[in-house]
Amino acid sequence: MTLMTGDEKHTPSATSTLDVIWVLYDKVLRVTPETLEDPERDRFLLSKGHGPAAFYAVLAAKGFVPESWLPGFGDVDSRLGYHPDRNLVPGVEIGSGSLGHGLPLGVGLAHGLLAQGRTRPRVFVLVGDAELDEGSNNEAIVYAGAVGLPNLTVVAVDNSSASYGWGPGGIESHFAVSGWAVTRVNGRDHAALLSALNVAPGRPRLVVAATEPKG
Amino acid sequence: MTDMRTAFAAAAEDLLDADPLSAVVLAEISADLFAKAFARHPERVLNVGIREQLMMSVAGGLALAGLRPIVHSYAPFLVSRAFEQVKLDLAHQGGRAVLVSVGASYDAARGGRTHQAPEDVALLDTLPGFATHVPGHPDEVPGLLSQAMADLFGPNGHSSYLRLSATANKEAFPVSPRLRVVKPGAQAVVIAVGPMLDPVLDAVADLDVTVAYATTVRPFDEAGLRELASAAGQSVVLVEPYLAGTSARPVAEALASRPHRLLGLGVPRTELRRYGTPEDHSRLYGLDAPGIRRSVTAFLGA
Repeated sequence: MTLMTGDEKHTPSATSTLDVIWVLYDKVLRVTPETLEDPERDRFLLSKGHGPAAFYAVLAAKGFVPESWLPGFGDVDSRLGYHPDRNLVPGVEIGSGSLGHGLPLGVGLAHGLLAQGRTRPRVFVLVGDAELDEGSNNEAIVYAGAVGLPNLTVVAVDNSSASYGWGPGGIESHFAVSGWAVTRVNGRDHAALLSALNVAPGRPRLVVAATEPKG
Repeated sequence: MTDMRTAFAAAAEDLLDADPLSAVVLAEISADLFAKAFARHPERVLNVGIREQLMMSVAGGLALAGLRPIVHSYAPFLVSRAFEQVKLDLAHQGGRAVLVSVGASYDAARGGRTHQAPEDVALLDTLPGFATHVPGHPDEVPGLLSQAMADLFGPNGHSSYLRLSATANKEAFPVSPRLRVVKPGAQAVVIAVGPMLDPVLDAVADLDVTVAYATTVRPFDEAGLRELASAAGQSVVLVEPYLAGTSARPVAEALASRPHRLLGLGVPRTELRRYGTPEDHSRLYGLDAPGIRRSVTAFLGA
């Protein structure tokens, strides 16, 4: 990550997501640089497109993109922008940046896999706690809970950055009331993240990955 | 005669039966028309409730999964309400879908501005690659829908928008991407888009102008226009059932290398704030036959 400089505004966003993205790519996701086009691959959707430095670093570490791409981060000749573009970066499943798009797209993707009888691939969507302010997420949360998409997992990185918070029950109470399976873990604890992410409960699942509050 | 919306639902149902990768995404509106299709294909006929942002994003996600989605709702809820989702979750991702609206500019004259969408074609015109089809008769709908679905394929594949209306012409024409000459003349070429053909023909029956009918307005038939304009004094009148001047850009591009005149008729930006019938609104906007005649005669005499 130190190879990528310049995106100062988004540094807290990037570091808050590093652990969970690493655990996903290292231990959970069934996708490799060789299976990028395999319809049976797992999908990871970085909805919180801010601060993608951690994401790019993990993609480089796992061989999806050359490490030599990292130093030019954000330059005119670089494929790596301050928000990622799926049409430019191998392994990036969605272009994101504008908040509140990844989860609704993930709902459609989860539907589309099941409609083709593909019950094995899982869809993971990473959102931020403040990103959930966007009302489009609420449309997706209530609907996905009601239709019960079993192949959908949302990871909400909670660094307490939503100005109005999510109340005493936390983010998870808003998902639970819509029928999601929910759990909260320490977002820096790799073993806890792994055991939470590896569960496929037969209905949509929320994993809140709590990190230190954004400074 | 069946209406365009019913013709669309029947054609879409056939597509769902024939193509295992086709899908329909709805936000309650028209769900009753797709009840039978839903019973047969519950995994590919999705009604997300009154959630238009989600409707469009789900279509984007289906496209990412390799499906071919048809997204359907009332025009203002399909296009302007969910426009960022059209822009980012379809166009920016490189996904493709067929958007099909009903309601047009003022089918819901009694419903007021919230249910009217004169801006739809202009909004989609800001995105790359969208084809736009405006049928003028229910019998033209199945062919245009099939064309739009076929256009999803291949390296040059693209999304399409079908704009259906409760207003229709008396006669249908074979579907074509080209301008079709309905009446020849020498003083100007009047391009009638979709359901504007009948009022245009009534308006200019005894005037020495060409009337050309268009159902596909994006891409615009620029070669056809150049040919027709050359035989009609390089004078062009656009009569569009949506925001006035929406197609002024492709016309200007088509005729950029020659002096020409252009009059763009359509729905004005100013809110009418009146109810009544679609016929009332056409009259008040000058889009009925007498209104079109007044505008065309003034243009010819200018």
